[in-house]
Amino acid sequence: MHPAYSVIFFTTASGAGYGLIATMALFGVLNGVTLDPWFGAIGFGLGTLLITGGLLSSTAHLGHPERAWRAFSQWKSSWLSREGVLATATYVPLALTAWGWIVEGSLEGPFGLFAVALALLCVLTVHATAMIYATLRTISAWHNKRTVPVYLSFALLTGSMWFHALAQMFGYQTPMQAAIVAIGLLLVLFLKRSYWRTIDLTPGASTPESATGLGDIGKVRLLDNPTMTETFVQREMGFSIARKHSLKLRRLAFLGYCAIPFALTLLTSEAAPAVAVPGTLAAAICVSFGVVIERWLFFAEAKHVSMLYYGAQSS
Amino acid sequence: MTLLPARKPQGQEVKLGLVIDLDTCVGCHACAVNCKEWNTGGHSAPLPDNNPYGTDPNGVWFNRIHTFEAGQGTDSRTVHFPRSCLHCEDAACVTVCPTGASYKREADGIVLVNEDACIGCKLCSWACPYGAREYDTDAGVMKKCTLCIDRIYNENIPEDERVPACVSTCPASARHFGDLGDPESAVSQLVAERGGYELMPEMGYKPVNRYLPPRAAKKNQGPSGVGAALSRIATEDAPGAAAGSGKFLRWVDRVLSR
Repeated sequence: MHPAYSVIFFTTASGAGYGLIATMALFGVLNGVTLDPWFGAIGFGLGTLLITGGLLSSTAHLGHPERAWRAFSQWKSSWLSREGVLATATYVPLALTAWGWIVEGSLEGPFGLFAVALALLCVLTVHATAMIYATLRTISAWHNKRTVPVYLSFALLTGSMWFHALAQMFGYQTPMQAAIVAIGLLLVLFLKRSYWRTIDLTPGASTPESATGLGDIGKVRLLDNPTMTETFVQREMGFSIARKHSLKLRRLAFLGYCAIPFALTLLTSEAAPAVAVPGTLAAAICVSFGVVIERWLFFAEAKHVSMLYYGAQSS
Repeated sequence: MTLLPARKPQGQEVKLGLVIDLDTCVGCHACAVNCKEWNTGGHSAPLPDNNPYGTDPNGVWFNRIHTFEAGQGTDSRTVHFPRSCLHCEDAACVTVCPTGASYKREADGIVLVNEDACIGCKLCSWACPYGAREYDTDAGVMKKCTLCIDRIYNENIPEDERVPACVSTCPASARHFGDLGDPESAVSQLVAERGGYELMPEMGYKPVNRYLPPRAAKKNQGPSGVGAALSRIATEDAPGAAAGSGKFLRWVDRVLSR
């Protein structure tokens, strides 16, 4: 699949934003962090910036962005529509929770409920984004049980990394902060490896023989394309990446989202602020770069079944 | 609404579609050309043609003709393979649409795009396993085969022309149009007789269109063609009246063999 930069930016930025906001809300409501108004303003502000920037960038690849409001209508059948509805709905508890934290200085009573609703909507929105991909039977790499947990765990990892870095900047250092980062790291370590193993070992069920129905005669291969130049379908669905590059990029992504931030978090989480602040900030930036590579690969490595009509031997 | 219409009992549902005969298709691309010709002035008009005389011409076509080889060596077959929208019963391109622009008609099962509601997100093209949808970069909307909805119900053209453009133009009669929901229809009978099949049944989208497989190759027919016929006649003992022509053909054979 063609890796569109607007979609890569959207999924990674909004994933980090929803992760950060959900972590803020949960830590706030569970008394895991001091409700410092400046910390709240910067945390919720950065989160809002990330999700809003992501959502706006996702409309950049539309043919008619001015009609984007129509996408709220088909939530009964379409995960893309559900994502739009959930993403917009999240702004309501987001505003209320941020008000409770920054202005009221308390997340008790109704504000506690708003914070819990906010965390839940963040999870549901990222879940809806992942379901857009996971429900596409035409792309076997995405249509598997790991796509949704991978998206959710990357949102948790990037969000909690930025939460940890911001908390360190405001002088808050608790074992819980490092623990949530560690959980995120362990989840992506396990789930993304499992995802890559799955897509390497299990190609899609369709073949050139089933695509053409000519398998009774023998093995099917393409002699002639319909056109001399690439069609829309080939440009959009036919993006492919050399396997050796994909392996190198997987290692690079793993270094970025897991290995380096793991070492940095371990070494700096409990250090003095002079070490801890740049250390955790570097870890958060490193994770974000790693996730961008991971997301680029998510698209570039995914094979679309329609390419069987254009000479692909497997799906 | 991008929910699929409620299903009716088997046999009561109209399922308009195409039956494509891979045995007789000669790969001439006439169906694709006539499709483009009609549809660039029809329901989804215009179909863009960008850079038509340049090095990278591209545009929207509803019909694409591939050529495959099946089998190997002397047993292999070259099969021309027209590919267009199959108007699936469980059309995922419809249900993924976030705006309701993609829809499946309850009356006849035709899958269409309402271009006024399409936001151009292209998700429907990702959901289609057959690569049938093509994006119009000029209009910023998705386009697809309409089964020539503006021909098949068009009372301003003669009745025998009320078939899709691809069907009307095929010089080999390799394309047939009709109601595949009616087991008594000519197309359903043809499918039953020739063992028509659906593409990628494992995907589960239940395409309506059917493909007829190439007939079994004739084997052990001996040498064929003009050369074989000439030499066969030339070496025959031609008695009586045929003797003269035998001599003449022997002479032709000698001249041509030089």
